[in-house]
Amino acid sequence: MMEWINVILQGVLVGGLYAMFAAGLSLIFGVMRLVNIAHGDLIVLAAYLALVTTQTLGVGPLTSLIVVVPLMALIGYGLQWFVLNRTLGEDLLPPLLVTFGLSVIIQNGLLEVFTADSQKLQAGAIEVATMRLFSGVYVGVLPLLQFAVAVAVIAALQLVFYRTALGRAFRATADDPAVAQLMGLDNRHVFALAMALSLAVVAIAGVFLAVRANFDPAIGPARLIFGFEAVIIGGLGSLWGTLAGGLILGVAQAIGAHFDPGWQILAGHIAFLAVLAVRPEGLFPKVRT
Amino acid sequence: MSVRVVFGSRASRAGTALCAVALVALAAAPFWGGRDDLVLLSEIYAYVALASLWNLLAGYAGLVSVGQQAYVGLGAYVLFGLAILAGMSPLVAIPLAGIIAAGVAIPVAFLVFRLRGHYFAIGTWIVAEVFRLLASQVSALGGGSGTSLPASVIIGLAPSRQLRDFLIYWIALALVVAILALIVLLLRSRYGLALKAIRDSELAATCNGIDVKRTKFLVYVVTAFGTAMLGALIFLQKLRISPDAAFSVNDWTAFVIFITVIGGIGRIEGPIIGTIVFFLLRQTLADLGTLYLLMLGAVAILIMLAAPKGIWGLIVERFGWQVFPLERKVVLEHFD
Repeated sequence: MMEWINVILQGVLVGGLYAMFAAGLSLIFGVMRLVNIAHGDLIVLAAYLALVTTQTLGVGPLTSLIVVVPLMALIGYGLQWFVLNRTLGEDLLPPLLVTFGLSVIIQNGLLEVFTADSQKLQAGAIEVATMRLFSGVYVGVLPLLQFAVAVAVIAALQLVFYRTALGRAFRATADDPAVAQLMGLDNRHVFALAMALSLAVVAIAGVFLAVRANFDPAIGPARLIFGFEAVIIGGLGSLWGTLAGGLILGVAQAIGAHFDPGWQILAGHIAFLAVLAVRPEGLFPKVRT
Repeated sequence: MSVRVVFGSRASRAGTALCAVALVALAAAPFWGGRDDLVLLSEIYAYVALASLWNLLAGYAGLVSVGQQAYVGLGAYVLFGLAILAGMSPLVAIPLAGIIAAGVAIPVAFLVFRLRGHYFAIGTWIVAEVFRLLASQVSALGGGSGTSLPASVIIGLAPSRQLRDFLIYWIALALVVAILALIVLLLRSRYGLALKAIRDSELAATCNGIDVKRTKFLVYVVTAFGTAMLGALIFLQKLRISPDAAFSVNDWTAFVIFITVIGGIGRIEGPIIGTIVFFLLRQTLADLGTLYLLMLGAVAILIMLAAPKGIWGLIVERFGWQVFPLERKVVLEHFD
């Protein structure tokens, strides 16, 4: 019994990270119907930026967020403004192909600069600190912090989306770009801001990923897939659904890994395919009113 | 007065004649080329065929898949499985790999067709990942580290090494010709008209009574059939298989997409031009290693942004050429 509680708890805590992968993906899809194939590689890019920041400034990983988050947001704005805005339109191939090309460029660029060696961010004493929840069940402080940050990120995005002028601009542009433009919004700017916000979330996810486990330039696509699975399991268009999707994916992987380490990723994929087969709109789809 | 539909133009008749001459020259390659030439040419054929199939899928049916490595790997594993575990001749196993993959593609299509557009793309990728992870669980075929074709199977193919090289080369050539012919015939049939209508506007196609979903389904299954046979052939030539190599997204999807886009998507000549450009770049720049891949990605992005119809699209706009007789022309005949 205790064993299972532990397994599920570990899955939930990792699920928070997956929800962060997914939130950025879901955000830009919601605003401009763009699926960013390079999303996972951008997460890895953020991890490497954090690595460089911690090494050059001699600060801890969590402090490096002060540098990495604005930097990734800036990259996101520029990427959308100069490249991705040109690809948006009726045809879905251009954005797909361009982000696919970006994925290859980022992967091989990182390989060229940082080699294929795996890296890890050292967070110091907090990495091994644990807390006792109740007798027999311990959780790491770092995974708990990561989970709390994930919930906070989702809550913050929810707030931005439904309570601010920026969120109104996002929703208006998503509903009808032409009318939004007539009302004085510059769609290109709105899209660029959405990508900036998405990559700010990617930066946080990247840093936590880099603290939690080893990373190398090739692990991006798998992160994209986890984020994507969380989005679809949770249901399109719902941020809290995305969090739930991340948790379900995390738990499915933890259960799979408990039986056989080789089944960890496979169990997550199977949970995704099962949801797709039984409930293709996801478990918590947003109800359009 | 009557109405008749004719295919092709003077340009396409010249193109077809040119293709026939090239085919004869290529079929005779074992007599004028060395072993390296044959291997390189077989690889080129495989990429022409893979890209043509992806072009049919994405360029005509609008099914932008980034998971075709699922069928390359499946075909390869079926060949290795049948040859190693059942002692079947690879020559029989290749078509069987295609048939099995088509059978697998049917339930997969039901699942991934629930996803639209971009989500379909990533969904197909996940299916490929599932196949890769399942393949690495098959311990009889070496699990995660893979296995080699036993010598008995290779020798069973043909007694001497030279004959085997020739045989595999001719199979590769025959397969690419068969796949191109299949695509041309499909596009000339009523399904081809439906596909062109879908390519130009799904809504208009539906309004004209085309069963869009059924047509897409057919294309998906046909593509899986061809892709799996190619996968079987590619790994028969490599003689060694592993899950990472057989289900590689870079080798069997990224390159294939770049080839199609650089050459010209939605046109049958595009993948052929794209493959030639791809191999020219590779033969000259391969020493650059990762930088080469970086440049390839950049070239594909530039082409997509600056000339989304690719190289062949530019040529068609400028000269109106076509190599394959696909264009329909309505001819009015007068009887006086």
